[in-house]
Amino acid sequence: MWFTLAEHAVLTADSHADSHGGAHTSTGLSNNKLGMWLFLGSECLLFGGLISTYMLYRGRVGEGPRPSQVFDIPFTSVSSFVLLMSSLTMVLAVSAAHKGDDRNTYLWTTITALLGATFVGGQVYEFTAFYNEGMGFTTSLFSSSFYVLTGFHGVHVTVGIIMLMSIVGIMKRSKVPGSKSETVEMIGLYWHFVDVVWIIIFTLIYLIPA
Amino acid sequence: MTNIERPTSASEVAAVATPSTSLGALKRPVASTGWKSWLFTVDHKKLGIMYSAAALFFFIVGGLEAVLIRLQLAAPNGKILNADLYNQMFTMHATTMVFLFVMPMAAGLANYFIPLQIGARDVAFPRINAFSFWAFLFGGIFLNLAWFLGGAADGGWFMYAPNSGPVFSPSHGVDFWALGLQITGIASLAGAVNLITTVLNMRAPGMKLMRMPIFTWMQLVVQFLLLFAVPVITVALFLLSFQRNFGATFFDVSAGADPLLWQHLFWIFGHPEVYILILPSFGVISEVLPVFSRKPLFGYPFVVFSGAAIGFVGWGVWAHHMFASGLGPVSVAVFSISTMAIAVPTGVKIVNWTMTIWGGKLQFTVAMKFAVGLIVLFTIGGLSGVTHSVAPSDTQQTDTYYIVAHFHYVLFGGAIFGLFSGFYYWWPKVFGKLLNEKLGTWNFWMMVIGMNMTFGPMHILGLQGQPRRMYQWTEARAGEGFFNFGFWNMFASIGSLVLTTGVLLFLINIVITARNGKVSPLDPWDARSLEWMTTNPPKEHNFDSIPTISHLDEFFHRKYEEDANGQMVKVKTAEQVLKELEDNADAHIHMPSPSYWPIVLAAGLPVIAFGMIYSIPIAIFGGVIVLFGCYGWAIEPSTAPDDDFDPPATTKDVVHVG
Repeated sequence: MWFTLAEHAVLTADSHADSHGGAHTSTGLSNNKLGMWLFLGSECLLFGGLISTYMLYRGRVGEGPRPSQVFDIPFTSVSSFVLLMSSLTMVLAVSAAHKGDDRNTYLWTTITALLGATFVGGQVYEFTAFYNEGMGFTTSLFSSSFYVLTGFHGVHVTVGIIMLMSIVGIMKRSKVPGSKSETVEMIGLYWHFVDVVWIIIFTLIYLIPA
Repeated sequence: MTNIERPTSASEVAAVATPSTSLGALKRPVASTGWKSWLFTVDHKKLGIMYSAAALFFFIVGGLEAVLIRLQLAAPNGKILNADLYNQMFTMHATTMVFLFVMPMAAGLANYFIPLQIGARDVAFPRINAFSFWAFLFGGIFLNLAWFLGGAADGGWFMYAPNSGPVFSPSHGVDFWALGLQITGIASLAGAVNLITTVLNMRAPGMKLMRMPIFTWMQLVVQFLLLFAVPVITVALFLLSFQRNFGATFFDVSAGADPLLWQHLFWIFGHPEVYILILPSFGVISEVLPVFSRKPLFGYPFVVFSGAAIGFVGWGVWAHHMFASGLGPVSVAVFSISTMAIAVPTGVKIVNWTMTIWGGKLQFTVAMKFAVGLIVLFTIGGLSGVTHSVAPSDTQQTDTYYIVAHFHYVLFGGAIFGLFSGFYYWWPKVFGKLLNEKLGTWNFWMMVIGMNMTFGPMHILGLQGQPRRMYQWTEARAGEGFFNFGFWNMFASIGSLVLTTGVLLFLINIVITARNGKVSPLDPWDARSLEWMTTNPPKEHNFDSIPTISHLDEFFHRKYEEDANGQMVKVKTAEQVLKELEDNADAHIHMPSPSYWPIVLAAGLPVIAFGMIYSIPIAIFGGVIVLFGCYGWAIEPSTAPDDDFDPPATTKDVVHVG
């Protein structure tokens, strides 16, 4: 977990810092954005590996509960909806940042973070409920791979929330080195990516029966 | 920051400037000399040197491990190592050579030469570059800490289940291994993002992709391979750590798991990794061969595209490492064919190199000798590789010394010979002095003879049936006749000592050159590519003015022009070319400023990893360091603006702060 945290922080942080970003690059795309896209490309393979593991093991429940016995699809659908809506508010935040409208940037960034926190809160509730129904981390191959996959995603969302809150704090103290709007946009790229990954995970785990 | 104002005086005077803390949590480091200037540097050249120096150290460590293995196997019933220590020795030998020598050495060369070859003043993200180096170094040290804390990893470098589990590997060795590789993986990933961005975005005007030097091209392919391969091993290592530390059963057959999951994840990373190891060396010799043949590289686009093709096809061959695991006939056939197919672009390269030297005015400098050595030895290894692609034959060879022979020919004869070629070729560029050619020739021949003596007989040993990872062999199993196990094992062990002597000569050469080596002229090899179009060693800002590129082999075309008969004749010396650049020097050159944060952030990682093994509070402490590093990093501008200095560095004085 610490691993991904460090990675994101480094990438987005250097993007915070580089004031000469997109000035004179060979491709015309700023270094920060190109770097972020490359990083997200790498993340696809990370989730690819985790999803493959889950797909291999989702039917191997051993003595533990089967997916259909624990999943509460209406509940998770609502929290998924909340997460998807956060992509909309993220777009509004980026748009406000591009217009140089600090007030609305703070507002939408904070709302995005709150929606993300709601999603993570829902995940914590869900994990607790599953645990109480007898599905611990080590109960079965299904449970281990389920917790690892959704856990990794949850950590990604959490890192996103930390970045969103941090950028508000740093902006309010006028300590953003380089372009504010680009920094918000970079966090936006990351945020949308994490949302898209959730759509895939939600479909594969919850909607397609094992 | 280096803030150079021109024109001022001929010599740059270092003036004291104190950066303010207005934008960062800590004052900026300002040392331009001494150890602090290395510890907090973000200069790609200093980092390149540090990468290479650290890698060379690990090369010696890995080499000593190899010598111990050969001494153990020299005679029947070897007593030097016990079975347990032997397992640790071969595991760490491979891990060290792959992850802590060849990869970082190639990264060191990439760091140093990519910006120079594309006409840039630094990489795209200088601080991430520094972070990559420190993360690699701390990860490498962390991996080796296990030796002193109850024993190193002992499951073989590909750490198959169930050998990696607590039953067969009860010490913390595998934990150190998994977490240490996570840390070096972070380093590789950050490096890949950084170097790809650099190559795509930081090229000098006119430096189109198809005008880039081949070394840069091959490194670009390598960095893409790293970008997509590292996350896969990351997943595998996480699953392994969760199994060992938190009781999960991902690879535990008794719990219904599929042990092939690990093999697939490992080799989806592991096979691209093979090309990650070899392509940088292909790049090096594609620079060296044309220079010492006095001809352009034959079929530049073919070399580029065959490199890219290797990069693509490299993703579709991983299961040839698993022919013996019962994949089923369809998978085996598919991977067999794709493995044969990947030999084609490699063959294209070998043809191109041969055609490059064909009819050239050859100069057999040591760099050239190593380059030609690579072509020959790698071809031998490549041919035994093709025999592995034939699944029925491979099934016979799996887990025998035949495999060991194969990958040492491609990795030692290929990757390492290429790196040595690069050492001799670029040494004057980096240090301003020429390595001793006479000693270098001895170094080369000892290594060629030693490596063939060591790894050549392993083909025979393998076909005679000697298994890999066997800590002892007995007289009873040695076989009949004079040329039995006994003879060839002794022969290979003597060879390993010859090889060691060869490497030792290189180390001696470094010392002799540093003490009283010949000072290199500006352009000792009459070279072709852009990194030679600056001083030796290069200035801190690489180029006084960023050159505009109009040719492949730009430097060559600035020195040579076609005469009436269509012959290339020298019209300018390197000194004159350099003078032109210096006369048009840029007035303002802003270099990225040194920073504390990369090393702070990287230092947190092994602390977290240590805590994961021993005690969670330590891990939390490491997490706090990482978080602190992130915030410090986030609010510090990568290039200090003039007003980040006290007094502000806006005067005409030359301010030289690191």
